[in-house]
Amino acid sequence: MRRLRLRAERTWNNNMSELIDFLIVSIVLVAIGIYGLVVKRNAIRMLFSIEIIANAANLTLVAFSRGLPNAQGQTFALFSIAIAAAEVAVGLGLIIVAYRLYKEIDVAEFRSLRS
Amino acid sequence: MADPIFIAVAVLTVGAAIIALEARELIYGAVALAISMLGIAGFFLLLDAPFVAMFQIAVYVGAVAVLIIFTVMLVRTQALFTTKEDKKRKSAGIALMLIIMASFGALLIASGLNGQFGNFAGSPTVNFKEIGKLMLTYYAPALIIMGLTLAGAVIAALALARREDVEQQHERAD
Repeated sequence: MRRLRLRAERTWNNNMSELIDFLIVSIVLVAIGIYGLVVKRNAIRMLFSIEIIANAANLTLVAFSRGLPNAQGQTFALFSIAIAAAEVAVGLGLIIVAYRLYKEIDVAEFRSLRS
Repeated sequence: MADPIFIAVAVLTVGAAIIALEARELIYGAVALAISMLGIAGFFLLLDAPFVAMFQIAVYVGAVAVLIIFTVMLVRTQALFTTKEDKKRKSAGIALMLIIMASFGALLIASGLNGQFGNFAGSPTVNFKEIGKLMLTYYAPALIIMGLTLAGAVIAALALARREDVEQQHERAD
């Protein structure tokens, strides 16, 4: 408890956020994304969840890049953003094909991959 | 924890992420997802990475959000309103989310990372000239492969979304 108060005072005095704060936000976003992947049956919403998780990973990369400080983290984040764009394009194409085959975007209805 | 701008951006990002998954209409969810991406870009600005933040806005808010909104409009609206989640699955999902948050949060706070890097105010920032140099020298092969991957993904998406029945009709009409 005392340690917590000390830490709170220290951060209050500095009035600046630390690496751990960004990491905690990142963990919260990952947890929300996993919740969406587990619960949602709508294929587009599952894609949303994947995007949220990918963004949390980018946030972690940039936060460590700032803390170290090292430019490689930001370079990786740039690569990751570009690859995520390609992934979304292919994912949406797959969803449109599945919708055309089944007239439905509920993943539980995609029982077989045959048309 | 004390920076009010940080707390505001965190609330915006996490709240928009929850709305993106829970909004009744998918199109509002897509807009909320774009707002969440903007919040992540705000975090990048707070972390003194303006180049990555601009890239994030250009790619996610500019391209991905628009792509998702177009897909939502292409898919029949009636299919979007069927919410067939069972309550048990949903409560299990929420429990899993809370367990992940609590366990990983406790792990992070207990780890040596807490206070190791101090606060960011005093440490030097990463210059974006350095990022450009890294991308074009050491990571140049990765950049080329990424370009090929993007081109392949675009071609694959076009090939997937092509409608053969419509094309055959056109050929017959010709």
